[in-house]
Amino acid sequence: MIINLLLYVLIGLSFCCFFRVVFGPSIADRMVAIDIFGILVVGICGLMVLITGRLFLIDIAIAWILLSFIGTITLAKYLTGKKLDE
Amino acid sequence: MSDTISLIFIIIGVVFDLFGCIGLIRLPDVYNRLQSATKSVTLGTCSILFGIFIKYGFSAIGMKALIAIPLLFFASTVAAHALIRGSYKSGIKLWDKSVIDDYKDVQK
Repeated sequence: MIINLLLYVLIGLSFCCFFRVVFGPSIADRMVAIDIFGILVVGICGLMVLITGRLFLIDIAIAWILLSFIGTITLAKYLTGKKLDE
Repeated sequence: MSDTISLIFIIIGVVFDLFGCIGLIRLPDVYNRLQSATKSVTLGTCSILFGIFIKYGFSAIGMKALIAIPLLFFASTVAAHALIRGSYKSGIKLWDKSVIDDYKDVQK
């Protein structure tokens, strides 16, 4: 029961991240918000493992960590003004 | 007993996530936002995964959650460092009430 409440709290926090994505003044603000959103999704997947007991959700969490890492590194390279293979 | 301990870890993790997202909304600058948000949200999610490990023990889900903790820790911190370096080099200004900028001297 309390796990459901914590899951709703985390979903509300990810909507706070969408607020920063929409109204962020620069591109770095939006990228920070997407990075934080990726970490919050890992927590949401963890709580859904506790609620439903399905085994594949933790695999989704690990894959989401790697995809969020690759995306953030790519936009950091783009912000420094280099090509992707330098 | 293990259910109670895992629930305590998960509540601590959600509270850290809450503080990190409040910092992401409220702070004035991209550097302040990232230094508030990344550290506390990473610690909170690591605490949630550690709570899952305590609940399930050394089973398949528990071991995967235990593996995900150092993966998340290193990936998130390295990505935040690269992102803040890129945003400094792309010319985003600091907040006008910031008092010190050490990285400007190091660059030369």
